[in-house]
Amino acid sequence: MIHSFIGNLGHLSVIVAFVSSLIACFAFYKATTSNQLKKQGWLSYGQTAFYVHAVAVLSVIVCLYFIVYNHYFEYHYAWSHSSRQLPFYYMISCFWEGQEGSFLLWIFWNVVLGMVILNTSRTWKAPVMTIFALVQGFLTSMILGVVIFNIKIGSTPFILLRDAMMDAPVFQMNPDFIPEDGNGLNALLQNYWMVIHPPTLFLGFATTLVPFAYCMAGLWTGKVREWIRPALPWALFSAMVLGVGILMGAYWAYETLNFGGYWNWDPVENAVYVPWLVLVAAYHTMITYRNSNTALKTSVILVVATFILILYSTFLTRSGILGESSVHSFTDLGLSGQLLIYLLVFTILSILIIVYRWKDIPTSKKEVSTYSREFWIFVGATTLCLMGFQVLVATSFPVYNSILNGIGFESNMALPADQVSYYTKFQLWFAVAVALLSGTGQFFWWRKMDTKLLRETLVGPILITLVVSAIIMWITKVTEFAYIVLLVAGIYSVIANAKILWNLKNKSWHLSGGAIAHIGIALMLIGIMYSSGYSKIVSLNKSGLLISREVDDEFNLQNLILFLNEPREMDKYSLIYEGRNVEADDVSGYVPVEILSPTNDPYYWIAAEDVQRNGRVVKARGDTLRISPENIYFKVRYQQQNGQDFTLYPRIQVNASMGQVASPDIKRAVTKDLYTHLSYAPFMTEEETREWTHSDSLTIQIGERFFINDYVATLNDVQRVHNIPDIKLEEDDIAVKATISVAGNSDDYTIEPIFLIRDQRVARIPDVINDLGVRVAFSKINPATDSFDFDIYTTQKDFVILKAIEKPYINILWSGTLLLVFGYVIAIRRRYREFVLSRNKGLE
Amino acid sequence: MKKSHILGIVVIAIAIGIIMSTAGDASSYVTFNEAKAMASSGNDAKIHVVGTLKKSSDGTVEGIEPAGDKLSFSFLMVDAEMREQQVYYPEPMPVDFLRSEQVVVIGAYHDELFIADKILLKCPSKYQEEEIRVTS
Repeated sequence: MIHSFIGNLGHLSVIVAFVSSLIACFAFYKATTSNQLKKQGWLSYGQTAFYVHAVAVLSVIVCLYFIVYNHYFEYHYAWSHSSRQLPFYYMISCFWEGQEGSFLLWIFWNVVLGMVILNTSRTWKAPVMTIFALVQGFLTSMILGVVIFNIKIGSTPFILLRDAMMDAPVFQMNPDFIPEDGNGLNALLQNYWMVIHPPTLFLGFATTLVPFAYCMAGLWTGKVREWIRPALPWALFSAMVLGVGILMGAYWAYETLNFGGYWNWDPVENAVYVPWLVLVAAYHTMITYRNSNTALKTSVILVVATFILILYSTFLTRSGILGESSVHSFTDLGLSGQLLIYLLVFTILSILIIVYRWKDIPTSKKEVSTYSREFWIFVGATTLCLMGFQVLVATSFPVYNSILNGIGFESNMALPADQVSYYTKFQLWFAVAVALLSGTGQFFWWRKMDTKLLRETLVGPILITLVVSAIIMWITKVTEFAYIVLLVAGIYSVIANAKILWNLKNKSWHLSGGAIAHIGIALMLIGIMYSSGYSKIVSLNKSGLLISREVDDEFNLQNLILFLNEPREMDKYSLIYEGRNVEADDVSGYVPVEILSPTNDPYYWIAAEDVQRNGRVVKARGDTLRISPENIYFKVRYQQQNGQDFTLYPRIQVNASMGQVASPDIKRAVTKDLYTHLSYAPFMTEEETREWTHSDSLTIQIGERFFINDYVATLNDVQRVHNIPDIKLEEDDIAVKATISVAGNSDDYTIEPIFLIRDQRVARIPDVINDLGVRVAFSKINPATDSFDFDIYTTQKDFVILKAIEKPYINILWSGTLLLVFGYVIAIRRRYREFVLSRNKGLE
Repeated sequence: MKKSHILGIVVIAIAIGIIMSTAGDASSYVTFNEAKAMASSGNDAKIHVVGTLKKSSDGTVEGIEPAGDKLSFSFLMVDAEMREQQVYYPEPMPVDFLRSEQVVVIGAYHDELFIADKILLKCPSKYQEEEIRVTS
């Protein structure tokens, strides 16, 4: 049965949300423009409309969650993003796997922010909420899914599967067909970071609207100066959330993806990085304005640019324009036109408003002094913008191509082939400038400066910097010129800001946010320099095998092949691949696959041996274990000379509809991480199953030596046995066991096949040695010649190809991140208190 | 001249520098024929070629040659002009390689062999579900 009610309710709620946002926009607009008498009426009308909007949005979310939670696979959204086996805490993640759901998340955050503004703001309420409601109108239109005059507006998450796939044959046979199960959530998103990273990032996206709305409201109502005060804490908050969102994404990529790092310069990453840089520049100039009445025009431009860049990146990632230049942009839902209109409307509107008010925005007439903090902050903001500009120019290549091709020119520009070096060669020097400015700028910030005083102030920090840098460079062997410069600049910034912090100790700690955040940034830069610049591939292939005759010796192979249980040397380690493992419910750690036997259901396996944890049997032989078959963990043991062995479990995820994905496992230490991921493992797909081939039939006498799969083997003994595992012998049964010893490359093995006679019928119980890829069956006893027949089967031995990378001092990056957030929290608290104070005085 | 003007000039200079450097580093999407022409005229810039794997009439991929140690492989790729080219990749075969419906190789010609530094794959199912598996 098709549950059509819940979908209709959801769809109705979307329409209500859309209409109510337009009504709210109109009402708040009237409340802003009409006279004092009518103002209150329009205002409460608009508020009511926004509350209706909020309730409608919540209803949309509840309906969609209801559909996913109850496995209503007649709905396209549930079918394509969920499955019956999906744990409930990952059902939340279904929201952001699909494009519609992620719009919904964005809409939801805007509702929350709108509520906060309705309840904290007084005189700003009407104009700010006009902008908010307009944005909500555009966003809800993206998930509207109605057709007006043959134009499809938005893509609804409540579409039924049969409507989404009208051409599928199964629906032509049976329109009421409901799939048994869904396609499941992308295995990569089944990760705790993916539960919190998208909401954080979208909160960051949503919060950029607040400073923008205040700025627009200020220009519109003629309060061209006053908007800064309420907007400042929001700009700081937005920069913090967006920054944390970006770094969570980086951390997720480091832990889950296999490109060997935390940042890939993928257009989707760049699309968030650029607005963040501009936003950081924006709040710096806003702070300058609060203190010295300069840089108001710059602040306006930067705040507006941040929001427009967010819209632009939304357009880039969701319109399908990035095509093959990005690995993880969303699918095109036919929304490109709508997204473009959204982008253009706000770009043109804000340019018009800025132009209209330009001459009313005050500028300071006097020439800025080189010794003023305004000057240095302005230089810093410019650096941040240029930093963003360089990334934006290249990321927009697909846009140039489609514009040029659209107007009849041929254009086939592609991203730089070596993206890392393209971005690094500029970003590194900008980062040096940022570090130097954030160190020096702080001195200008707290004191009036002149040449003499500046020299006195700077001498101490510079001397300390040089000494500390020299020591650190010597210990950590930094030799590359560019890295030395970045390291020195970073250390200088840490020391200079630490001095500021020291000077502030007798004042109020509320002022320390800036210095702490700057130390955080400097540490992050140092951490990035070490972990990326000195990341070292340790899994070099030293086998000396010729790769290809056509190619010169120029390829340095960076992967290592490990056969099951055969140790190999790598750097200072000896590595052994010890087999495949899975995770099972109610069992901590990993369970080896070889002690499990399959059932008809891939999620349930039976233990062939006792599973012990801390000396206690947690699953006895014969118990059924519920496992997650998508995740296979490959056990790799690292042995060291000093006896400090450890084991890593890099993972490959297999999903029928998503393909295979390799995820690393990381050995963390204070000074460096050892990052290991698999480049390849065999037998992972249905097409590539393990096949046994019959290689030999041998007739052998006791004590004779022979070859199995090129290994030397000896038949030691043949004896009658009265007990065999897993089979109950009856009284008249005759069981005979052969004992064969085999010398492997690194170990000796014993093979014990069994020959069983029951009711005059013969059964053969073969024995398998996985390490050697060998199966032996005991096929015949020849009493006449005193010999025995064996059948030998062989297969490809299990192996993995892995890559291991050392990432030195990566913890400096993560700890810098924490400091940065801490600094933000202090600064936001301070600026928010300022806003509350002035609001309560009626100054707002 | 005011300081702000000097600053403005510096900013414009850097911006122009960025644009020039970007234009210089930009790669391009070409066909194998164009790539070959570039290589023989001495231009060893890395370029992007879009194409598909060579498949036989029953849909199986042809022309894969793994190296003996499995740490590299070469394959046959067909570009938009239907030119067939052997491509060598000095890394293990990417997972899902054989399932890809489109392949982008980034690299350059070394004599007759195209050597890829990077392979980008587009797999049908990763982006949009196209068929419904009917399970009973």
